[in-house]
Amino acid sequence: MLDIPLWKRVLILGVVAIGLIWAMPNLFYSRVETHNDAVAASEKAGFATEEQQAAMAGWPNWLPNGLVNLGLDLRGGAHLLAEVEVAEVYKSRMDALWPEMRRVLAEQRDTIGAVRRVPAPDGELHIEIGNADQMAAAVAAARTLATPVVSLSGAGQNDIDISASGKVLTIKLSDAEKTATDDRTVQQSLEIVRRRVDEVGTREPTIQRQGANRILIQVPGIGSAAELKALIGTTAKLTFNPVIRRTTDANESPGIGNALLPSIDEEGVYYVIEDSPVVTGEELTNAQPSFDQNSQPAVSFNFNPSGARKFGAYTAANIGQPFAIVLDNEVISAPVIRDAITTGAGQISGSMDVASSTQLAVLLRAGALPAKLTFLEERTIGPELGQDSIDAGRIASLVGFLAVVALMIASYGLFGVFASVALTLNIGLIFGLLSMIGATLTLPGIAGIVLTIGMAVDANVLVFERIREETARGRGPARAIEEGYSNAMSAIVDANVTTLIIAGILFTMGSGPVKGFAVTLAIGIVTSVFTALWVTRLMMVTWFDRARPKTIEV
Amino acid sequence: MAWRLKLVPDNTQIDFFRLQAITFGVSTLLAVASVVCLFVMGLNFGIDFRGGTTIRTEATQPVDVGAYRQAIAPLNLGDVAISQVFDPTFGADQHVAQIRIQAQEGAEAVSPETIAKVEDALKQVDPSITFPSVESVGPKVSGELIQTAVMAVMASLVAISVYIWFRFEWQFAAGAFVSLIHDVLITLGVFSLFQIKFDLTTIAALLTILGYSINDTVVVFDRLRENLMKFKTTPLRDLMNLSVNETLSRTVMTSGTTLVALIALLALGGDVIRGFVFAITFGIVIGTYSSIYVAKNIVLWLGVKRDWSKPDPEALPDQFRDAP
Repeated sequence: MLDIPLWKRVLILGVVAIGLIWAMPNLFYSRVETHNDAVAASEKAGFATEEQQAAMAGWPNWLPNGLVNLGLDLRGGAHLLAEVEVAEVYKSRMDALWPEMRRVLAEQRDTIGAVRRVPAPDGELHIEIGNADQMAAAVAAARTLATPVVSLSGAGQNDIDISASGKVLTIKLSDAEKTATDDRTVQQSLEIVRRRVDEVGTREPTIQRQGANRILIQVPGIGSAAELKALIGTTAKLTFNPVIRRTTDANESPGIGNALLPSIDEEGVYYVIEDSPVVTGEELTNAQPSFDQNSQPAVSFNFNPSGARKFGAYTAANIGQPFAIVLDNEVISAPVIRDAITTGAGQISGSMDVASSTQLAVLLRAGALPAKLTFLEERTIGPELGQDSIDAGRIASLVGFLAVVALMIASYGLFGVFASVALTLNIGLIFGLLSMIGATLTLPGIAGIVLTIGMAVDANVLVFERIREETARGRGPARAIEEGYSNAMSAIVDANVTTLIIAGILFTMGSGPVKGFAVTLAIGIVTSVFTALWVTRLMMVTWFDRARPKTIEV
Repeated sequence: MAWRLKLVPDNTQIDFFRLQAITFGVSTLLAVASVVCLFVMGLNFGIDFRGGTTIRTEATQPVDVGAYRQAIAPLNLGDVAISQVFDPTFGADQHVAQIRIQAQEGAEAVSPETIAKVEDALKQVDPSITFPSVESVGPKVSGELIQTAVMAVMASLVAISVYIWFRFEWQFAAGAFVSLIHDVLITLGVFSLFQIKFDLTTIAALLTILGYSINDTVVVFDRLRENLMKFKTTPLRDLMNLSVNETLSRTVMTSGTTLVALIALLALGGDVIRGFVFAITFGIVIGTYSSIYVAKNIVLWLGVKRDWSKPDPEALPDQFRDAP
């Protein structure tokens, strides 16, 4: 009656063993971590240094090497939540559309008259035509530039909306195109943020999209959120624009299609430049910190073939003219073209120190952000605070664990010992599962484990109380144990399903620490039901088979 | 008979309805007082919910709140709250303070320049000062966080009640629902009364309390359902007493082990999560109380169908029903 089939015994012991093996690396946290780092670094480099080989030897390769990730609140680091200003892209799309549109409309000059761009709100292109009565022809011409949007929701829509009133033609992105653009912008920003963070090479950064237009960035081990912000908050939009003139009047009107930008290192100097760039940073293939001929820090770069061709053609046609190197709407320098530059290589210099030239090179290499980032949330946690929390959590867990064990053994004697062994295995299994799925342990997560320690015995308590009742009712030991388990079952299931529902809701709504809590809570429920229902039962049955007691005391 | 620790004597026959009037009165009173307290005093929202910046400082010299305040005052940052943090786990020369700065007009998150200025000003007061954590949340996010938090609590209440409804009867679901609301309200009331910092982790704690409280309630309901099938004529009130008495030993034992573990965490777990642990600890006590005194009283009051041995004839399709 109390027999557990062999396959079930093997299964239970197997699950416990696998769980514990997976949990084991966490006991040797720092050793396994250096091993993993060394493996990753040597794989990336293609060879291993002596140091790395020593680190790799510190942990055998055939053992699992998964670790529980420590959350930012335990390891220290920086957390940022950024919003991508997706609407900014609409403006640059319109700027890029203008030359094309001008060409198309100019072909119709005979019917629609002269064409010129007039001031418009951001994200719209307003074009005035000479003959207002020929507007239909202008709209038709403009429409030749519209292309259908390829998306699930916006099928059948064009990418631009064209409307006309009086002699002004208004062009803006259609809603379907805006949605598609927004998505692309966020994806691209995410990719660039990832590249920038990777360039600095910190361990296990978390960079993920949140909601429609937000990016969550968590970097362990970085000094402060301000540092991280300096790295990823810069747009790093590099362009090479034709210079129209140089001025010292900050309020000068630059004219349509032009822009007035301040110089970065000459106080009070402004440049009027053409809005449409000759070449942009997107056509760079490489950038590295270097020194110019005066031994000042500089950044050297190379264009890709198409960038080199455009730059070569422009410089060849404009010898003696200045052109501006513009970074994030500031003119870094405006050298005069002496020769056609056809090699596709160049150098940016001007007020920089070695640190800032290194950073600029990183930013240029990683590419420009398509739009500005606004930071909605930033958190910095020092590593000492995290370590303090780990230590406090460890002591509290240990004390809590011992107290629960004492209470269980005092109340249930030998059965209490079974429950305590199961509890120990339970904690091991929690860590095993956390490592296996690569979950992140946070400070509330530690609290979740302590809470589980307290609540995990609940299933056992339910069973033991039932066995007690059945014994009091005069049942024999074997029967009492059997009935105890089967009668307690429905209460155990209901009680744990409700808690699982809560954990699920916490997981969906929560961010960072709260999510970590939800994960440990959910895992704790699953492992505690497993250990209480199968592991303690296996122990109890094995003991019962050996001892064959006439009566049992619970 | 070997010695056993018995938190609850065997075969208790406590009449849990004897003090019904008093417990009901106390529960109602506490719930109403909590609502009043929430309206009058409000909650001491952390930056998660109202935006702003908190800076944790640590120094080897004792914290001088007045001097800190004076140092920051010239920066014109609006509402600045400074409080010293005490904890038994701190070393002798570890002096910690928490500075909270309100969300700044027109800025989503406090700029690094402002934080740098605050840090510089404080370093003038005490050169040994360090800043183990700096957190800043913009008003846009904090508004959304409140919404999500309220939604989460509501969703949990509804999801649990629906589950209980499926597994038991609607009266049980109603009882569970009322007792959960009771737990949430009173916990909120305590947070309001003592102005304990209320942030995202407190919401997590609140949901955990719901989980624990329902856990306890379900165990009692489960036993009640069993007894309803066994004793078909015993008055409902007596059956409820029987069920609570039978499960009392388990209730006390589980609350005991959970509380023991939590008290260890409360005392030794450090100040960072103390508010969180306090909420759960308090909630466990109130949740245990409510599953004994609130949930089943509601069920008794609503009444429940008595014959659980046969399937409900109402639930049968017409063709299987006996002709009248």
